[in-house]
Amino acid sequence: MYVAVKGGEAAIDNAHRLLADRRRGDRDVPALTLDQIAEQLALGVDRVMSEGSLYDRRLAALAIKQARGDLIEAIFLLRAYRTTLPRFGYSEPVDTGAMLVERRISACYKDLPGGQLLGPTFDYTHRLLDEVLDGDPAVDVGLQRTDAQEPATHIADILGAEGLIEEDAPAAASEPGDINQTPMEFPLSRATRLQALSRGDEGFLLALGYSTQRGYARSHPFAGEIRIGEVDVELFVPELGFAVPVGRVQLTECQMVNQFKGSAKVPPQFTRGYGLVFGQSERKAMAVALCDRALRAEELGEEVVAPPQDQEFVISHCDNVQATGFVEHLKLPHYVDFQAELGLVRNMRAEHEAMSGSEAREAAE
Amino acid sequence: MSFETIPQTLPMARRDRMAVLARSNAGSLQDLWALLGLKPGCTPLRGPESGLVMLRGRVGSSGEAFNVGEATVTRASVKLDNGTVGHAIALGRDREKARLCALIDALCQDVDTAARIDAELIVPIKCELDDADEKRRRQTAATRVDFFTMVRGEDR
Amino acid sequence: MMGAPAAALEGGFADPVLDAQSVFRTIMDAMARPGSVLAMKPLVVPPAPLGSAAGAVACTLIDADTPFWLDPMLSAHGTLGAWLGFHTGASAASVPGSSHFALIGDPMAMLPLDQFAQGSQDYPDQSTTLILQLQSLSEGAPLTFEGPGIKGRSTIAPKGLAADFARQWRDNAKRFPRGVDLILTGTDAIACLPRTARLIQAEN
Repeated sequence: MYVAVKGGEAAIDNAHRLLADRRRGDRDVPALTLDQIAEQLALGVDRVMSEGSLYDRRLAALAIKQARGDLIEAIFLLRAYRTTLPRFGYSEPVDTGAMLVERRISACYKDLPGGQLLGPTFDYTHRLLDEVLDGDPAVDVGLQRTDAQEPATHIADILGAEGLIEEDAPAAASEPGDINQTPMEFPLSRATRLQALSRGDEGFLLALGYSTQRGYARSHPFAGEIRIGEVDVELFVPELGFAVPVGRVQLTECQMVNQFKGSAKVPPQFTRGYGLVFGQSERKAMAVALCDRALRAEELGEEVVAPPQDQEFVISHCDNVQATGFVEHLKLPHYVDFQAELGLVRNMRAEHEAMSGSEAREAAE
Repeated sequence: MSFETIPQTLPMARRDRMAVLARSNAGSLQDLWALLGLKPGCTPLRGPESGLVMLRGRVGSSGEAFNVGEATVTRASVKLDNGTVGHAIALGRDREKARLCALIDALCQDVDTAARIDAELIVPIKCELDDADEKRRRQTAATRVDFFTMVRGEDR
Repeated sequence: MMGAPAAALEGGFADPVLDAQSVFRTIMDAMARPGSVLAMKPLVVPPAPLGSAAGAVACTLIDADTPFWLDPMLSAHGTLGAWLGFHTGASAASVPGSSHFALIGDPMAMLPLDQFAQGSQDYPDQSTTLILQLQSLSEGAPLTFEGPGIKGRSTIAPKGLAADFARQWRDNAKRFPRGVDLILTGTDAIACLPRTARLIQAEN
């Protein structure tokens, strides 16, 4: 039975107004500009783009500002916005080998073509808070090295030349699944899983990836290669008859290399887990690659024993917008449901007391 | 400026020109366009309108295609008064830039106009973009690790 | 396909958002009240032989994720496919059974309805919606329908349907919840026949 309840309109209006007030905070402090967010909180912007599954730095910055820095709320805003735009088409697959690299490292080979390029990394900082940043100190520009550099070859191409690493499955003739357009039906193809992982929650995937290292999917990976940089995006334009570059996006790519003991069909070799995400999001790309490899257990004939190997578990729970919706719906009025449960518990309690009362009498007799 | 990157043969192929226009900074583009002093009449055929393009990658970097996520994109198609059609499409949501790029694309279907636009607008923008790329490449190169091995005593 | 000629690109909605919204409203009302004939303003100028009403319906409903199929009469005009592609972003379906929308220029000679996508029991929405271009919606043999959205009965008289349309439409109803839906277009009007509209009377 449902009881229609009205009211709260004025309270909601006033809550909105209070939210806007609190969002702005102390009016004596200058308001944040979107440029400031996009430039100085760039990795937060990257995370919102990645999990919002929409590449647009300015929109992501706006979402962060509107959400008061609550990144999951900002991701939700971006997801909602994307539903208002028409889909013009699908890009040609980007060529990460031709990336304008800003960082490229490998934990497998010390000397590899193109070298170890550290780029703008936190890795060698001492994680000491820098109180100078409490002000606005002058900051030196990055140094430039002008001698000729060779292109950064993909690690997979190096190992692949020896035949010691699995090759990528050849390009499929069919179109890859798109979870933005069609509801997911398990089991999902690896291509579809990678889309879900790419927009999955960083914290959830990080924890699952971590669990694979701690023994929950018997994974012993090497970071074969991580690269960050910009790639050209090309879109086929039917009225022109050819694909046109429409601009660049920044991506982070991770190739994890795992030892594989082989199977009846395949000799021992290295297998790979792959992650490709928007922006500079190294931790996320690594976590995606770990989860991608774990989710290939069935395909590679490994025993499925741990949650990270279970695609329904991983993919159904990695989306923080979905998760937020279901967890936070518990805040909605459940007055009638609760009244029903209250009645039930009272009845059970009465039965319990009647029962224990009679047991006590029996014991006394 | 990195003059070695200036294309030797003008006019540029249509695709290359559209690629430069798509990546152009809207401010620089407007300034250079104003200097050209061209005022062609045109009508819109479609847009400018903003929408989404689904970006695709490849599984493992060279395998089958998969959808990474969407990006905002804006496109425009215009027709000059003489009937020539121009198209433009670029990442982002700048409609005025898309309209202007489509107009420039249409004008460049005429060889003489194309030569002038290439020399006075496209090449300067391309140099600006290439310089920015080169700077980024050099800054990244400065963070390259140069390994050197210590000579150990017992090997002497 | 190489660069499309200008003729294939002109004649789309002047104001894509508001024009598409008004046409969508008309289609929605027509679909909600099966068999009622609603007027359509000429908002697009498609290449011949596609009419403005059918063209406006196509431009409103079709998008990049809904492949369309043209019957032989329409596909004989090469610019039409390019025009639809340009204004909707959609690509042509290879076979009628994989199309989301089918445009029928010659309904008298059209493929049987069961040759189009019928949807599945789980996803009956994944069927083809047919957009038929007819000579008239009022000058043909009357067809009378009952069903959801129809108060009592409704009668339309489309001119130019296939001779065995009545039998085909009754067969379509037997496949429910699977089956196709029809949008009938005249020169300046449309009427809709969703699969739930039951044909109860047909004169030949």
